Amino acid sequence: MDLMKDFKTEFMTNEALQNLISSWIPELEFTEEGSQFLNISVKPEQLHQLLAQLKSNTETSFDYLFCLTGMDWGKELGVIYHLESTAHRHIIVVKVQTEDRENPTFDSVCDIWRTAEFHEREVFDFFGIKFNNHPNLKRLFLTDEWEGFPLRKDYVDEINMVIK
Amino acid sequence: MDTTIANSNFKSEEYFINMGPQHPATHGVLRLLLTIDGEIIKKVEPDLGYIHRSIEKMCERDSYQQIVHLTDRMDYLSSHINNEAVCLTVENALQLEIPDRVKVIRTIIGELTRIASHTLWWGVMGMDVGALTTYFYGFRDREMINDIFEETCGARLTMNYNIPGGLMFDIHPNFVKRTKEFIAHFKTKLPEYDTLLTGNVIFQKRMKGVGVLTKEDAISFGASGPVGRGSGYSCDVRKYHPYSALDKVTFNEALKTEGDSFARYQVRIQEMWESMSIIEQLIDNIPEGDVQVATNAVIKLPKGEFYQKVETARGELGVYINSTGTKNPYRVKFRSPGFSNLSLLNHIAVGGKIGDLVASMATLDLVIPDIDR
Repeated sequence: MDLMKDFKTEFMTNEALQNLISSWIPELEFTEEGSQFLNISVKPEQLHQLLAQLKSNTETSFDYLFCLTGMDWGKELGVIYHLESTAHRHIIVVKVQTEDRENPTFDSVCDIWRTAEFHEREVFDFFGIKFNNHPNLKRLFLTDEWEGFPLRKDYVDEINMVIK
Repeated sequence: MDTTIANSNFKSEEYFINMGPQHPATHGVLRLLLTIDGEIIKKVEPDLGYIHRSIEKMCERDSYQQIVHLTDRMDYLSSHINNEAVCLTVENALQLEIPDRVKVIRTIIGELTRIASHTLWWGVMGMDVGALTTYFYGFRDREMINDIFEETCGARLTMNYNIPGGLMFDIHPNFVKRTKEFIAHFKTKLPEYDTLLTGNVIFQKRMKGVGVLTKEDAISFGASGPVGRGSGYSCDVRKYHPYSALDKVTFNEALKTEGDSFARYQVRIQEMWESMSIIEQLIDNIPEGDVQVATNAVIKLPKGEFYQKVETARGELGVYINSTGTKNPYRVKFRSPGFSNLSLLNHIAVGGKIGDLVASMATLDLVIPDIDR
């Protein structure tokens, strides 16, 4: 495990990460409850700024977006970003949510991580969450004629395709 | 000089063709919309969903034991490792202490799965670029692994050998003997792969400099597995987030810096050697003990979020489970390696020829149910 030795010096603990990131944007909420990673809740209007800084800052250097999950918490819709630094190997989770179920919209992060292009299309397909500045936002798996967004909790599965 | 057809100013025109969803080189129902100018590719747009089964939605109605069995229908060539990913997530959430015997057996079978997947890939990749013999060599060796699986698990492909808490049952008495026989056999056969294909000049011309992916782009596109490592991006989950018995073995991470199709090819060949080395370190030292720990018949995870990464034959598989404390998960997300690896296909194929696209796709080693889920 010689590889790991080099990372130890620059690896940031959750506490160090929290101290650094909260100095950028004061209104962020941090929690480690119920998760093995440090979680940050961010307001939609600060999302892009935060994520761009998480990647570009040399101390955090979160250059690997390894998972982008659409989420329906019942009342709110949102997106969960799992980020890892390939240089320092620390991991962080960023969450954003909105109560607007009619027209949920967040800023796209395609310009920060190119993998987001496909992942955001998947979220749009299943949750109906729109992403500003996405180059090609359209359904990815389902047909264009499909009505509704099947992974939303209030989706009515009329022909019992999934839920028996 | 008179204007003839030969020296008139032809205008080239872009047009689009469908590649798939039934194209043999896509190895499954993947449709690619190619915008081409002559034979030069201008754009590749994948059209997905032909084999989408909404596994994530089905997980929300299923128990944790049932979810395990859905996952080997994603990347069916890494079925054991997919099962293991869900089991590890559930076990970590329940804070179960898993016996060492289970960990070692899981790792051995996981590496056998990787070899089986790579031999199949090697066979069909050769076929994609016109070397039909490889197909038979690859399947001949993979057959021996499938026989080992069949004897122990009763299944050859979708094995369902893992359960939350351990393994379905103990290994077959022949398992150790036959695994050793396979390793001894494959050590003589893997060099044949090189003799037959790797050194072939025609093959190398099809592969070298084709579908080049830089390290920065590999990270940005979320590439993982041999696709990332062919670009010099050290991303082996087994190294950085070791699970099961992988922290007890030593192995080298296969890395190449060229980033072209040939580099990805070489990474997979080297990985087969490394997997054999891992198996050899463990096969004589399988600890005695139970193969299961007791779990409740109805598993309820505590409230919270759980994430587990594993390294399948294709790269990093992530399992995200959000639990509200009931017997069903509230939300499950599978971060599949093929999905991210496919997203970079347009990037590496533009500017190349259609034949190069086939070579690039072959070395991305896509499994379509893994992408569609």
